[in-house]
Amino acid sequence: MTEQEHIQQPPSKKNDDTASIELVANAEKNEQLKNDLDNLLDEIDEVLEDNAEEFVRNYIQKGGE
Amino acid sequence: MAIAKVLGIETEYGITGGPDGDPVIASSILVNAFARNGETRVNWDFGDESPANDARHMPLLTSVAPLVESHLANTVLTNGARFYVDHAHPEYSSPECRTPLSGLLYDRAGEDVLLHAVRVANDNALGTPPITVYKNNSDGKGNSYGTHENYLVERVIPFPEIVRAMAPHLLSRQVILGAGKVGYETEYFEDLAPRFQLAQRSEFFEELVGLETTLKRPIVNTRDEPHGDPERFRRLHVIIGDANMSEVATFVKLGSTAILLAILEDQGADIFPPMPRTPVRAVRAFGADLTLRQGQEAVDGTTRSAWDYQDELWTLANRYVAGGDGSAVASEAELKLLLVQWREMLDGVRDDPESVADRVDWVAKLRLVNGFKERHNLRDEDPRLRAIDIQYHDIRPSKSLARRAGLRSLLKPEAIGEAFHNPPLDTRAYFRGRCIAQYPNEIAAANWDSIIFDLGVDPLHRVPMMDPLKGTAELLGQLLDNAATAEELLRALGTL
Repeated sequence: MTEQEHIQQPPSKKNDDTASIELVANAEKNEQLKNDLDNLLDEIDEVLEDNAEEFVRNYIQKGGE
Repeated sequence: MAIAKVLGIETEYGITGGPDGDPVIASSILVNAFARNGETRVNWDFGDESPANDARHMPLLTSVAPLVESHLANTVLTNGARFYVDHAHPEYSSPECRTPLSGLLYDRAGEDVLLHAVRVANDNALGTPPITVYKNNSDGKGNSYGTHENYLVERVIPFPEIVRAMAPHLLSRQVILGAGKVGYETEYFEDLAPRFQLAQRSEFFEELVGLETTLKRPIVNTRDEPHGDPERFRRLHVIIGDANMSEVATFVKLGSTAILLAILEDQGADIFPPMPRTPVRAVRAFGADLTLRQGQEAVDGTTRSAWDYQDELWTLANRYVAGGDGSAVASEAELKLLLVQWREMLDGVRDDPESVADRVDWVAKLRLVNGFKERHNLRDEDPRLRAIDIQYHDIRPSKSLARRAGLRSLLKPEAIGEAFHNPPLDTRAYFRGRCIAQYPNEIAAANWDSIIFDLGVDPLHRVPMMDPLKGTAELLGQLLDNAATAEELLRALGTL
């Protein structure tokens, strides 16, 4: 059974047209993680950059802060 | 006495593509594309920037202060953020936020700002070849760029106490907040040759304390540029963190650091766990230790692993909140969420990593890397594993591996959409964002602590914003609603 805790931000004096952030804490573990690693890896096979070696070699950045 | 932990994150994004693959040009194209697409045209006012000021007040002849590159593209957004080119990266600096959850929201909105800029640039063939952007911190070749957090702290706290209290957290929090990295990229690790590290940034840190940000990076940065009343406020500039794709990780990063700063302000530095004797060695060793059990000797002779440090710090935070404190950081409900998630992530990485693969970025990434390696029977050096590392951080939903990894979300899409356009209600970012939206053609320049209005006749009018907690919706919302022009605004503010 999925337990969901809805934690509402305490009401403050804010404009009605501003969306509030609703926190949804899902106590149930994400099923996908346990059962679908294979499906996930299938997807990675599909979307991973072709020619990984070239992609990795060409990913060069200048140092920043 | 703890003051409101106003906070925000500045993120330098990785970037590829654009004319000649020049990252400065590509970054400028993004910033200008965003501005041209109608969001804002207001420029940044560099007048008061002083990144060379050092919190230790000593002239440091060997320290190089970062340059403020005033000729590169930069703009201020209607949500109060700053979007600009920093060195050779597009950088989004979130507006000032009052709570960790708000900080998360505006960091997440920043990803959409970048995504929007990329789409506009590429759709209009402004970037050829197409520009791609990554929310990460290194290229795997020894070049690193930062994700910096900023926290409002009482000025009266002596800087050495901040170092003493916060260094243990900053060098150990990677056990739950690190974004993970395949391999290593500095000379330091040539012998150990770690196959995977907890964090992207750890191996780049070379000092405990310092002013630098681009070399000899310090665990605790001394930049003293409060962007506010310097007698009341300090802005603690934290440069050691990884960019997180996990919303829960970003939330816990902001919340844990903020609550510990509040504890410092209220209870002093002595209750914090003792520093490692060799902090630089510790931050790197912790980052390379996937067992999470390796200890480092502390200055009092005891030994602690990074996990031990986090456990002690969580206990401090838990006690503080249980004692009724914490309002400087967030509401009770948000503090409860923080403590629960921090605890679960901590217990999870030690006892059952799978259980936190939906929240801890390095766990999620390692899961992909290990799974892929096993499936295709790859060697550790196979470039596909590094490709996974990079592509985890691709911001495009069509390509991002993080977006497919089942990371838990804390934010509603509608809230993110709001935060893309509108500023927080409860800091001075509200005033900035509303002015940008309402009077874009009457603003000469803006920065964190002032806006300069141009009414078309001399002189210009500078409105100072020295208190991050003023300029809120509560204080100025109605006034802004009723002022159709900048002139009316300035009259209502009493400055005309």
